Amino acid sequence: MDNLFILLLLPVLGALALVFVQHEKAAKQLALIVSLVSLVFTVSLLTSFVPDASMQFVQRFDWIPSLGIHFHVGVDGISLPLVLLTNILVPLIILSAFNHSYKGSFYALVLFMQAGLLLVFTALDAFVFYVGWEIALIPIYFICALWGGEDRIRVNLKFFIYTFFGSLLMLTAIIYLHLQTPANDYELTSFYQLGLESGVQRWVFWAFFIAFAIKMPIFPFHTWQPDTYTQAPTAGTMLLSGIMLKMGVYGLIRWLIPIAPLGFAAYGQLALVLCIIGVVYASIIAFKQRDAKRLIAYSSIAHVGLIGAGVFAWNIQGVQGAIIQMVNHGISVVGLFFVLDIVERRIGSRDIKLMGGIAKPAPALAIAFLVIVMGAVGLPLTNGFVGEFLLLMGIYEYGLWYAVFGGLTLIFGAVYLLRLYQKVMLGEVNEQTAGFTDITRTEWLVLATVVVLVVGIGVYPKPLLNLSEAAVANLINGIGQIANR
Amino acid sequence: MSAIITLSLLAILLLYLGLFKAKTALLPVSLLGLVAAAGLNIAGWDQAAKPLYSGMVLFDPFAIAFSVLCIVITALVLLLSKDYFDQRSPHVAEYYALLLFSLTGATLVTSFHNLAMLFIGIEIMSVALYILAGIRKRDFASNEAALKYFLMGAFSTGFLLFGIALLYGASGSFDLAQIKQYVVSNPQAISPLFYAGILLVLIGLVFKVGAAPFHFWTPDVYDGAPILITTFMSTVVKTAAFAGFLRLFYFCFAPLQDFWMPALLVITVITLFVGNITALVQQSFKRMLAYSSISHAGYLLFAIVGMGAASAESVLIYATAYSFATVVAFGTLILVKRATGSDHFEAFNGLARKNPYLALTLTIAMLSLAGIPLTAGFVGKFMMFSGVLADYQVLLVILAVINAAMGIFYYFRVIVAMYFRPLDRDQIAVSGYYSAVLWIAVLITVILGVYPTWLTGLI
Repeated sequence: MDNLFILLLLPVLGALALVFVQHEKAAKQLALIVSLVSLVFTVSLLTSFVPDASMQFVQRFDWIPSLGIHFHVGVDGISLPLVLLTNILVPLIILSAFNHSYKGSFYALVLFMQAGLLLVFTALDAFVFYVGWEIALIPIYFICALWGGEDRIRVNLKFFIYTFFGSLLMLTAIIYLHLQTPANDYELTSFYQLGLESGVQRWVFWAFFIAFAIKMPIFPFHTWQPDTYTQAPTAGTMLLSGIMLKMGVYGLIRWLIPIAPLGFAAYGQLALVLCIIGVVYASIIAFKQRDAKRLIAYSSIAHVGLIGAGVFAWNIQGVQGAIIQMVNHGISVVGLFFVLDIVERRIGSRDIKLMGGIAKPAPALAIAFLVIVMGAVGLPLTNGFVGEFLLLMGIYEYGLWYAVFGGLTLIFGAVYLLRLYQKVMLGEVNEQTAGFTDITRTEWLVLATVVVLVVGIGVYPKPLLNLSEAAVANLINGIGQIANR
Repeated sequence: MSAIITLSLLAILLLYLGLFKAKTALLPVSLLGLVAAAGLNIAGWDQAAKPLYSGMVLFDPFAIAFSVLCIVITALVLLLSKDYFDQRSPHVAEYYALLLFSLTGATLVTSFHNLAMLFIGIEIMSVALYILAGIRKRDFASNEAALKYFLMGAFSTGFLLFGIALLYGASGSFDLAQIKQYVVSNPQAISPLFYAGILLVLIGLVFKVGAAPFHFWTPDVYDGAPILITTFMSTVVKTAAFAGFLRLFYFCFAPLQDFWMPALLVITVITLFVGNITALVQQSFKRMLAYSSISHAGYLLFAIVGMGAASAESVLIYATAYSFATVVAFGTLILVKRATGSDHFEAFNGLARKNPYLALTLTIAMLSLAGIPLTAGFVGKFMMFSGVLADYQVLLVILAVINAAMGIFYYFRVIVAMYFRPLDRDQIAVSGYYSAVLWIAVLITVILGVYPTWLTGLI
């Protein structure tokens, strides 16, 4: 069971099978089963994982030996939480799509994307990383453009070209680094030990940074994001915000900073400032949104800005906070988008001015939404609190004023999310919301899982933190040594 | 060598078949002949091959790999022509024979070891195509294409021939080995004639591969010629021309890189931008492919700019990827044009709903042309970028990256049309030959994309 290769192959096989499934119900069930089997495999990995700094379940085969490319994968405490997040969220996303009528090809694309994401989180070879990075993009493009809103074609082409351009810059840097390695390979460890001169590291930093910043997105590379999130079908938005943007943050931790520590030393502060600007800027715009989905899209920029700032602070609290907050944000945002999807499907609009009083006809939905909003706001005893606390501690250690401005996310977030809650759930019942029915059994299952995770991680985050502690400490200390050499 | 003889004899045999009205035998006979030629080629695989016939041709692995690629593509084109040319011309045999003559020329271009053979090969390849481009006798565009191609071809051959004459004047030989000897043995005292010769040969060859600023004939010729002839021109002819280009410059002129590199660098950059920017604004799928073929010529030039041991391998993989994807693109275009009478992007609207598998194959071909991982096109681009970066041409790669991002825009237009623009249309009937060719090409594209090792270590 502890075979990483099988875990990566499983979604691909599932996707191939689903291409040929025309029957809607059979497709749903097959997709759900495949994703649950993946989850079982992941849990089994988790139980035999030893939380030290080493790479585990490593597998390495020759892929294109003449070019020095190996299929090299493994997980450590930094990647395992993200693998876990991916494999928890994919079944939830599939389950949340049950209310829509999608054919087998939809689920095939979701699973294919899962394979790409897992490849990104486990790759120990830059070529493998790049391949995963790109093949996660193709399915989400089709998901968003096939089942999206009215303006989907233009918006998604913009999204695709934007991210593709970023990735090609990264590819240039990867090939360049490869040509510098003594053993002529693409291994992560060889890249770590390059010790290039500062001038080279500076442009390598930007080549990687732009690719990751577009994906996350960090201000000012975010312009594709609100449109894409709004136009995508809910499952697509969940995949984009719940998992895909974590690829960028993970890339910062695993690839960018350790490979170009001198570039980071030169531009890390600038990057951190950009993240903080994003926090404030996106929060202010979020206030003004009438479209609930767009509001969450902007809140996502704000939250991910804080996570990015924690990474660029580059101390144990900051990076630990970033890792746990990636998991939390993924869970919360999937919950938020799901609630909005439920509401949109029943009243046929996302305009929060038209909503109100839904708590009366749908108390169960209201309670679940409240818990999820609290988690996103970062109330103590919910998951968001743990992450944001650690992040702000890390940023505080870097500089007081950064933490002050970064801390605005908490306040702003509370304001616009609670305002959203109030407009949607409280107040008078109006024409649109009068006939609102409470949640169905599948919806209940998804929301209950999200709520349990929000509260569970909030009350007892220690196991999750333990996973990554040793690996993070090792990475940060290791970079210190490289930079001083 | 036996491959060239087989191909020439096969073409003559096909003419006789046409004479005796044995129309049904044309396709099987030509396919059998192609298989035989490819088999003979592969049987002669020899790392230590020596030049034959007083140094006229050299069938080393380089030549064999490229000529087998040309033969395979020709076979696919012939399969697609099964019910294409029968409807267009009463003289089907001529069409088959001319294609095979052109292929014979292409084989010579990949295997020359003497500049005279390069010239003869290019001429055999081109003359047959001048006729083929105009094979729709009553069609205005087809005639225009033939005339343009002929005039431009004759013009560029003039450059090539003049260049060869100057090279001969300076070095005293047509033989590649002796020209190389001349370059290596007096690095300080190379005659100005020789430099002028290199430049003229360069211009002649750049004309043939359709790189800017010598590309003006490509769009009109590709657009005006019958679709299958365009397919042949943009795959087999381009592959062979690049193989010849690389062979000459790698073998003979590599030590003089400092002289011709700046010129080629400028040509490469212009080619990339011209091809991509003009492809962006095209409304016709066929014309878009014509312009995109210019930009692919730009990427292929990377191998010559970043000259090194891996160049041959990169060109082989890139040309394979590009050719198979192009065959799929044009093959689908034939079907769509037959059904709708138009080759515009709108003609593809809603194709995915009625012909999901046809749409899928075209999508994979487009992803390969755009260079998305797990397709052959990505491996090709990857190797090109690696080769140029090894030469420290970071700026060139950055420019290429901008172009690759632009490419997404026009390659995805057809995907957008097929999947996201719904239209009530009839299902297109796909004959067995067509599905076979499309699936073979797509399978090779994906296999080469996932596991390229079987082709990388070849030459």
